[in-house]
This record gives sequence, structure tokens and C-alpha cells, in this order.
Amino acid sequence: MDRQDVIIIGGGVIGCAVARELSAYDLRVLVLERDEDVCSGTSKANSAIVHAGFDAKPGTKKAHFNVEGSRRTRALAEELDFAYRPNGALVLCFSEEEREQIKELYQRGLENGLSEEEMEILTGEEARLLEPAISKETVCALHAKSSAIVCPFELTVALAENAAKNGVQFRFLSEVSGIERLPDGRFTVTCADGARFESRFIVNAAGVNADTIHNLVSKELLSITPRKGDYLLMDKEVGSTVSRTIFQLPGKLGKGVLVTPTVHGNLLAGPTATDQDDRQNTATTAAELADVQTRGRLSVPDLPLKQVITSFSGIRAHEKNGDFVIGECADAKGFFDAAGIESPGLSAAPAIGQYLAKLIGEEAKAAKKTDFDGSRKGIPHVALLSDAERAALIAENPDYAQIVCRCENVTEGEIREAIRRNPGARSMDGIKRRVRAGMGRCQAGFCTPRVMEILSEELGIPMEEVCKNRPGSELLVHEERQEEGGR
Amino acid sequence: MSGFTKGIETEHVGILVIGGGPAGLAAAVAAKKAGISDILIIERDRMLGGILNQCIHNGFGLHTFREELTGPEYAARFMKQAKELEIPYLLNTMVLSIDRDRRVAIMGRDCGLKTITADAVILAMGCRERPRGALSIPGTRPAGIYTAGTAQRLMNIEGFPIGRRVVILGSGDIGLIMARRLTLEGAKVLTVAELMPYSGGLKRNIVQCLNDYQIPLMLSHTVVNIHGRERVEDVTIAEVDEKRTPIPGTEVRYECDTLLLSCGLLPENELTRTLGASMCGVTGGANVDDLLQTDIPGVFACGNVLHVHDLVDYVSEEATLAGENAAAYLKGEVAARSEGIGITADGGVRYTVPQRIDPLSMRNEVTVRFRVADVYRDKTIAVYRGKTRLFARKTRVLAPGEMEQVKLDRKMLEGLTKDEGLRVTLED
Amino acid sequence: MAEKKELTCINCPLGCALTVTIDQNEITVTGNTCPRGEAYGKKEVTDPTRIVTSTVPVDGGDIARVPVKTASDIPKGKIFAVMESIHAVRVQAPVHIGDVVVKDAAGTGVDVVAARDVSVA
Repeated sequence: MDRQDVIIIGGGVIGCAVARELSAYDLRVLVLERDEDVCSGTSKANSAIVHAGFDAKPGTKKAHFNVEGSRRTRALAEELDFAYRPNGALVLCFSEEEREQIKELYQRGLENGLSEEEMEILTGEEARLLEPAISKETVCALHAKSSAIVCPFELTVALAENAAKNGVQFRFLSEVSGIERLPDGRFTVTCADGARFESRFIVNAAGVNADTIHNLVSKELLSITPRKGDYLLMDKEVGSTVSRTIFQLPGKLGKGVLVTPTVHGNLLAGPTATDQDDRQNTATTAAELADVQTRGRLSVPDLPLKQVITSFSGIRAHEKNGDFVIGECADAKGFFDAAGIESPGLSAAPAIGQYLAKLIGEEAKAAKKTDFDGSRKGIPHVALLSDAERAALIAENPDYAQIVCRCENVTEGEIREAIRRNPGARSMDGIKRRVRAGMGRCQAGFCTPRVMEILSEELGIPMEEVCKNRPGSELLVHEERQEEGGR
Repeated sequence: MSGFTKGIETEHVGILVIGGGPAGLAAAVAAKKAGISDILIIERDRMLGGILNQCIHNGFGLHTFREELTGPEYAARFMKQAKELEIPYLLNTMVLSIDRDRRVAIMGRDCGLKTITADAVILAMGCRERPRGALSIPGTRPAGIYTAGTAQRLMNIEGFPIGRRVVILGSGDIGLIMARRLTLEGAKVLTVAELMPYSGGLKRNIVQCLNDYQIPLMLSHTVVNIHGRERVEDVTIAEVDEKRTPIPGTEVRYECDTLLLSCGLLPENELTRTLGASMCGVTGGANVDDLLQTDIPGVFACGNVLHVHDLVDYVSEEATLAGENAAAYLKGEVAARSEGIGITADGGVRYTVPQRIDPLSMRNEVTVRFRVADVYRDKTIAVYRGKTRLFARKTRVLAPGEMEQVKLDRKMLEGLTKDEGLRVTLED
Repeated sequence: MAEKKELTCINCPLGCALTVTIDQNEITVTGNTCPRGEAYGKKEVTDPTRIVTSTVPVDGGDIARVPVKTASDIPKGKIFAVMESIHAVRVQAPVHIGDVVVKDAAGTGVDVVAARDVSVA
């Protein structure tokens, strides 16, 4: 049987962050991911905000890892070359009665470790000077200067690539179905396809299924409620409607509907918050999309809804106690949880990764690698390069001169590179997340046939096997006439 | 996109045509015939002909050639002319940016990165389809949702079957054509749902693509939900009221593996916008004068990038005019233009192209094309100069799916002033 | 006993709603605006015909498939038979516009011909 030191269950942003930090240690690390690619669950559909850290209740893990993670992300963006923009945030207050809550948030921020330089309370007028598109009803606002936006796909992929560069193995389409404890204290992990792996340590980063995984080994049960949120993404033409992330005062079910630019220049509004039983159901509903519109307009009355290019929804893993569950499981030595990671999970990920890697490294008494390389270069975005840089790149490889996705100006070179990386894109969605082909205003209308061809060529598979994401999501159907021998 | 860096190769041409589809080809041919020798067509696809390459059905060219051709045959006629006239073109080449001085940055595998300056530019980039996201259809996001044109390309150019049981939303022409195409290739087209109480497609397509194969057309219906995790499993269709809101209780689920969207076309004007040309909110194309010139001197527009046409014949006609006018502009035959007199569209006329006319320097006859907002019976198309009716034509049926036109005579407009104004309208 | 059929004329964008009455040997068309409508109505009830178009795989060409069409219209009832004959063939590049791809498709007496040129890759 394949023997590992650490098995990480889940290739989302948390699993990949842990993998990347663990790859600095002299340990055999394997990531098991249910889907065909990293960043396929909660990490792929969220608000893409690196929260400043004023929101979580002081003393909670959420508060601690948020503030740490947010600081760490800024440095990581340099090391791993992913899109990150410290754009700041405003929390709007629309009534005098709620003014106190803004003050509370400010205090909370201080308690959580933010400095006075990182926050200020603005009058409605001051807030509108910064962001003219916000509601005239704004009576005051908290300005969180250290809030930032990030591309969650690029962040996760960058962590995974850097982990792989330093020896971490990734196995996809590997849903964990069982964990057993061996007499010597090691674990055996069984996947749904029958593959079995032995490991000294397990990291549970299974997102919305982290309770199921945890409950396989522990009597202290976790319970995760899938909480769905719908979003609307708007065209780049209106991406600068606001330049900061615009929050409303938090409600019972989360931070409320936000309106924010994305690092790639679109405008995003959402999410709703609907608790559900189904852990896989990411269907948007007419009612929730309407809700995003209504509540988004409270902050930005002229939200350009005619420019919506797509809607999507994601599921947050809400643990019943409301906080992150991070650390070694009390009744299962060697089993480490990173569970209940809902917002601010994306912000916290780099800090959670560091924390768990350190714990495991110490417990394993592992040495640090001498040849660890913590840097990673992203795939060049030809659209963002200067003419001179483009010319140089094209001279090296003419594929970088061939635009495939017209809306986002993504070249064939970028798409091929996305597939050739480790771990590389295996599906249309994998390419979309890495290089944005199909992410633009025509939503893959033009580039679909060509991207399919490139995937087919690079992976050496017939066109009929090219998938949107998981197996079963083939874009074409097999020719029936041929199967019946009718030709 | 970044600006223009020194060191990147620069070339100069008389007329640069952006787009090698039916509009670009006709414009280039016309400009060459009008005596301009240095013309260059930039095409982003791997072949000339644009969307016609995938429109393998017949019905093209009845006006232009008096015969019924398929899309590729229609394109071949213009490609042959372009070849005979030795008009150069670049394939696999994308225009990245264009500025008001008509400096055009292009990029492609064969040409690398290059800047071309042109004395005149003809915009002929065509249009794209409205995607699912813009329609805000709720539900899951599985494989098996295609715009009709993408499906058409996969089937007709690459030859791949895209689905077995298909629901089509929108009765635009491509959707109707694809209903027949899928049926002929062995797929089952369950129904075509149309949000509006009328079809946006041509009559002949409803008859020959749906009626011939007993495919139902459900007017005032829309898709309200999409189901299926990996691949489409079924879609829910509901009837809509007069405000186009789904009526609760009318939902019916259709088991299918594919949803095709044929819900409208949008002129592809990203370049035109970066150029800073004045745009028309109704057409989604540039505002042009009677020479099809945008408000940026030397930049002309024609075909579906200007406004979405119903027949390619009109695209060719319009593009020919744009090519001739660009040639005249180069030869200095276009008199200094006034800002022109705007044409008002009202009474059910949604827009006109051109949007303005310069009565002093117009040609002897100008064709004004437009679309109407609804289905109208027994209306008269009328053109007014101030309070004077210049022109009237009775019609039996007008429909939004069909482009209409009126021709204006130079003599009619002699001495026309802004105060008088020009108006195209419908009346009883 | 007169039989009536409702048709939509397809000759022009007007799309006249035609009523075709078949009374023994006499066929009358009403609702048409022009003579083309009358001719269309009569033909649709006696001998409806269509052009069939599709694509055929090409070996050794610069494109994978060549569009094809019936050289003239064929009886409407023969559409699927003609499609079967089209599905049964492959062609070799080069192909020229007008080349016969299927001779006398499905016994209609009409050839299926190529609708574009395909050069050798």
C-alpha cells in the first residue's frame, strides 16, 4: 500500500494552503481531492475578499486566523504571483439607530489586532466622497483600509502548484469513503474508487463534508450546515462602479450582500444566505437572485444589473458552533481538522496552512527541507503585459500571439500552459479558473470549440471526453449512428 | 490594452477592414473596385467568411444573386471576388486596440505583434449571442447549455453531436435553423420556447424548420429552471404573462440533455467603445451618418457590428456602401461633413441606421434601415420633414424580427434644417 | 367535399397566411398578396419540396467537414432518406464547390453536391 506521512483530504484553498506549507518539511504529502481539479468546491464560488478582520467576534478562531491570514496573503501574493488588490472596504450604516454598530465593529477590529491606522469611521458625506455610487441613505461608514480582493482560483492554484513543485502529490477524483486506524496508530484512507493509502497524519480540509470526514474518526461529532449563497457577476464595463468593497452591517446569516470590484475588473454582488440540506446543490434560484438585486441596490442604488454576465452560487460550510474548528482532534491523535471554514475562510487560509503545518511538522519531528522553493510564477496574462513584454513572449512562443478567448483576450499559449502545469487543468472549468478563457461577457460562446480542441490535443483524449468539470459533464454526446454501425 | 510602444513593427495601409465575414469582404471588394489599392482585411478566425461558414443551410443571396445559396456558397462568391482583386488579408489575427488616429494594434500567430496605421478603418466585427448569464435563468450550471451559434459551429464545422434530447429557448433564426439541423442529425427537439408573444425569426424558418418536423413553438413561454449536476437533466418551462413574468402553476418539466439558447444577438463593439465612438443605445452599434461613418472621421461601420440584420443580402449591400464611402473619403471626394441632422425614430420604429443625415453632402439616395418594436398590422411607414410627409408606404405586417427600409431622395431633403427635423414613424 | 389547409407563405418577409382549398381537382388559394403566394400554396399541397443541407467528413482536407446540399429541391417526404445517403459517405480532399458527393440521392434523381472548396491540408 502507498505510504504517506500526511494525507490532506480536500484540494480547496485550505487543503492547498496546508499542502504548500507542509511542503517545506521533509514529509511525504498527498492531497486527495474529490473533483477533477483543485478549487472545485467552496473555494471556487465566494466573494473573493481578503477581509480586514473587524467582523469576527474577538477571541474566536475566526478572528485570530482572519487577521493573521489577511496579513500573510499580502506577502504570499508576491511569493506566489497571484492577483491581489488592497482596495479597502466600507461598511455602510443606513440609520442613526445602527450607528452604534459601526462603532462596535471599529472596537472589535482593535480587539482583533487591527491598528488605528487601518480603520476609520466616516460620515455619510465622507463615505460618498470616496465612493460616489453608494446610497445617499448612508449616515456613516466604517472604512477598513486593509481589506483586499483576490482571485480565489489563482490563489488556490498558486498554492497547489507551489506545493507540487516541492514534492506534494495530488490525486484527483478521489472521494474519501473510509478512514481506519491501524494498531500502530497510523491511518488507512480508502477512496470511493477502492484506492487505499496509509498515513501517519490526516488533515481534514473537506469543506462542506468536513463533518462527515471528522465523524469517521472522532466521537466528538461535528455538524455542518451547507449554507448557499447566490451571486451576480457584472461586465468589466461597469467594474469600476465602486472601487472598494461595499458591505452592509452584518446580519444573523452573514455579512449581508456586498458589492465589490473583482481583481479582474468585473463587478460582483452577493451572496444570499440560505441554509439547506443538500451539500451539492449549487442551483441559483429566481428568488435569491432577485434578493441579491434588491439588497445590492440598498448599498449601490444604480447597481448596473443590465450588465450581468453570469450568476452562480457557492456553499459555505457552517459549523453548528459558528467558529472554525482547527487543530488536532482530541480523541484522534494525528488527525487534524480544518473544518467549518466559512467566511472569512479565504482570508484565513494562509494562516491556517502555516499553523497546521507547524503543528504537524513538530509532531512528526520533521526537518525542514533545505531545497524548499517557496516561489512560483503565474501563467503570463498576455492581455495585461506591455507591448514589449508581449513581443518578447511571442518571439519565444507564437502560441502567445493567438487569441482564443476574445472577451478576456486569452491566448492559446496561456491555455496550453494551464494544462501543462502541475497540477494542471483537466477540464473547461479548470482552464477558465486558471486563465479566464470563457469568463468574459460572451461566457465561452466563441472559445468553447477551440478550448475543447486544445484540451483534447494536450490530454490526448477524444473530443467526446472533454468535460466541463467532473466526469459526466462531457460537452458532446457520443455519436449514436457510429455506435450502431450505421455508416 | 496598453498603448503603442516604440520598437513594434508599424505598417501603413489605405483602408483597414476589421473582420473578414460577409460585411468585411463586401466592404473590401467595394473599396478595391472604387480604386483603392492598399487594403488589408484582419480576420480573427482561421478562415474568411465569418459566420457564413457555419450557416450551411440554404436561403442566402435571393436579393443579391437571385438564387438560393448556402452560407458557404454565398461567402465563396465574395471570397472569389476578393481573391481576383488580390485583396490581402491576415487570418488568426486579433485587433487589440484602435485609437482615434486610426492606429490599430494587431496580434496573431503569423504576424506577431504589430501596429498598423490606416487612412480609413471599416468596422465589420459582426455580433455575438446573448449568453445564459445575461438572461438570468436560475438553476444549476451543468454541461449541455449552448448558445445556438456555438452548437452550430460544433456541429457544422467540427461535426460533433452536441445532444440527443434538446429544448431550445428563443425563436431567433439560428435557434430555428438548429432545430431542423439537430432533427436531421437524429436528435429529438422537444420544443422551442419563446418569451415574446411572437417569434423573432423569419416566417420561412418557422415553416421549414419547425412545422415541417412537427416541432412545437411555444410563444409567451420561457425556461425558469435548469436541473442536473454534471449534464443537463431537465429544464422547467413556464408560461409568462404580458409583463413577461412567469405564471405560477404553468411550469412543465422537459427531460432533456441539452438546452440551446437563441435569445438575441449583440453587436461586438468592444473596439468601437475603446475607440470612443458615439454609440447608439438601441442598436448596440455606433451612431453613423448617411455615409455609414461614425463620429470619428475616417472610421466606418457596416453589417452586424452596426446593427443586427436579418438577411445577409442587406449586410452586403450596406457593406458595399461603407467600402465605397471609405474609398471616396480617401480620395478626398467626401466634402467636409456637417454634424448632420438626426433622424427621429418613433411611433413603433425603434431606431434608424443611419442615425443622422447630412443633406448637403449626401448621395442622391440614402437607404434608411430600421426595426419595429412589436408586431403591427396594416400600418403605414411614414417619413416626415417637419410637418410635411415626404414618404408613405402601406404595410400589411411589420414584425421586430424583420428589418425594414425606406429610401430617401436627396431632392426631398434639400434645404433641410435642424429645426424641421426628420422623422421615421408608423401610423394607422 | 372541399379540404382546407392553412399555410404560411415563405416567399417574402410578409409571410401571408394562406388558405388552400382542395375541391376535387380544383385548388384555390386565398390570403396571398401576390402570384408567388398562389403558386407556393398550390405546390405545398400537391408536391412540397425542400433543399436538404448537411455536412460530410473530408479526409486529408484543410477542414474536417465539407458542407453539402441537394443540387435542387427534393420531395419533402424524402428528406430523411436523403440524409441517410449523406451520412453514408466520406470524401477525399481536394473538393470543389459543386462536386457531386452523392449521385441520385435516395432515388430522387437529384445529386448531393459540395457547397464549398476544401484544399488538401
